[in-house]
Amino acid sequence: MRYNRWALYGLLCLAAIMIMAPVFIMISTSLKSMDEIRNGSIFTLPADPSFAAWSKAWLGDCTQTLGKKCGGLSSSFMTSVQIVIPALILSVGLGAVTGYSLAVWKMKGANVMFAALLVGMFIPPQVTLYPLIIMIRELGIFGSIPGLILVHVIWGVAFTTMMFRNFFKTVPQDLLKAARIDGAGFWALFWHVMLPLSLPILGVAMILQFTYIWNDFLLGLTFGGRSGQPMTVALNNLVGSQFGEKEYNVDMAATMLTALPTLAVYLLSGRLFVRGIAAGAVKG
Amino acid sequence: MNGVELRDVTKAYAGITVMENINLEISDGDFLVLLGPSGCGKSTLLNMIAGLEPVTGGSIDINGRDVTALEPDERDIAMVFQSYALYPTMSVRKNIGFGLKMAGMPKPDIEERVKEVAELLQITPLLDRKPSQLSGGQQQRVAIGRALVREPAVFLFDEPLSNLDAKLRADMRIELKRLHERLGRTIVYVTHDQIEAMTLATKVVVLDRGSVQQADTPENVYRRPANRFVASFVGAPTMNFVDGTLVREGDQMFFDTGKGKLPLVDVPAQANEMVGRPMTLGARPEHLMFDDAGISARVVLAEPTGPDQYVRLAVAGAEMTARSGPEQAFKPGADIGIVIDGARMSLFDLENGQALLEG
Repeated sequence: MRYNRWALYGLLCLAAIMIMAPVFIMISTSLKSMDEIRNGSIFTLPADPSFAAWSKAWLGDCTQTLGKKCGGLSSSFMTSVQIVIPALILSVGLGAVTGYSLAVWKMKGANVMFAALLVGMFIPPQVTLYPLIIMIRELGIFGSIPGLILVHVIWGVAFTTMMFRNFFKTVPQDLLKAARIDGAGFWALFWHVMLPLSLPILGVAMILQFTYIWNDFLLGLTFGGRSGQPMTVALNNLVGSQFGEKEYNVDMAATMLTALPTLAVYLLSGRLFVRGIAAGAVKG
Repeated sequence: MNGVELRDVTKAYAGITVMENINLEISDGDFLVLLGPSGCGKSTLLNMIAGLEPVTGGSIDINGRDVTALEPDERDIAMVFQSYALYPTMSVRKNIGFGLKMAGMPKPDIEERVKEVAELLQITPLLDRKPSQLSGGQQQRVAIGRALVREPAVFLFDEPLSNLDAKLRADMRIELKRLHERLGRTIVYVTHDQIEAMTLATKVVVLDRGSVQQADTPENVYRRPANRFVASFVGAPTMNFVDGTLVREGDQMFFDTGKGKLPLVDVPAQANEMVGRPMTLGARPEHLMFDDAGISARVVLAEPTGPDQYVRLAVAGAEMTARSGPEQAFKPGADIGIVIDGARMSLFDLENGQALLEG
């Protein structure tokens, strides 16, 4: 038993180190000056920690700009927020309502629709990229933030619908009958009974959708156009297209900045997340 | 007519008829129990009265109003479920008041009604708790409260006591009976528990495979079962059945099983016309009487239950159960004489199982 325990902890520590080492290197490098990076080993701690690189990554360096902008990530951060918040609310909200109606109300063709949604979820986005571009172009919102939001909602709704539908399927029939006898219609049942029940699932759907939309690169690049470039695309531009010496400290800081929101969401909602994943049957 | 009336109610699923031409009259203030084994259609029938399942044919009246096409909340009914079905995210107060809120009643009025019901059911201290913080019995009270607060024409109960433990079930049974006597409202109550049916009902409807087997007072259902199914379903231990013929020898009537003749005492006159006809005798354990002058029966085993003991007997080529007081000792293998109480026994047609004796 003892040995098993040691082996277990050893393995866990190893895994933690493997996952944390790159993060450590990123943070450490981002706090170094370029001189230090050129000379030292990547594993040494910064001799004189400074947030200069972080500031440059966030605000850009306005003394040597090529275009109008200073090249920092702060403006694209705001773009990402403008994309994520409506896309998140719409995709989760719609998913909750459609999942609810698929699970609870016996409509004709509900199962066919659900199957179609499932298929939609498993098709890689690259496959439907071109037809989607045409659709969005025909709607006249290609290359704009609303266009990108719509694409995210279309992609997200299949997933959120499935999550909510599967959760609502576990709600006991008697509860639905009781609500019908109490006179609760479609929306009353949803608002007063089902949605409050689904809070853990709502949390998980929000977290997963937030992560997915924030981390998305392909759709942002394709549909965002010039005005709707999310932070991930801006990061790629920042890291991939510089003249002269590669500023590793700025690149590392920029990457950390881009990853920070999702990291924060996970850390802050960790408990909720686990509870939602574990939420199966509803006990009265 | 006040109360509930079902006329030729038929139910079919995907073209397969599961209930055909159910006709029932439930008078105002009746406590009607739908009794039957699982799958007999009693819950389906209740759901149809509630409007949770549409009827395939026929019509349902509640308080003289045809409600066949109405939604559950328009039917003036309330329902209590086996699983209680309380809204897990709402407090007890909100659970009870939810139906009134949906009906658009002003908040102070809801508050007033909830308070009254809570006092009646003695759950006032629980009003601000969540259902998950309540015991099974408390949850059941809340579920009953949610039904009471609506002041409906008819209460529907779907096996409300099945999830409670034995002691609590007995207590709640008494409370339900008291509640019914106090409020005098019409109740339709589904159960598979014959004790509940016998103790609570003013009228019992025994169902099997989607059709009504007997609808009568609990006493009559027990005393004069309409057919073999009712006879075997109601009563524990179950009724003894033996096939044979009635024979007369002088003044004495016997039931001849072919392997022995069971002596019958106090046989009603109407049995005289059935002499010689093959049939099934149904005798409850208390209808077997110990009498040294009777047929010799061998004790197989005795089961003491406390107030009674049930004695398995091998007699006339069959095994039968007799009831006895707790004092007498029965040794397995011993012989004992028995006669059958002809006044209380049942006789059934061998072919269709219908009861042959009337009254």
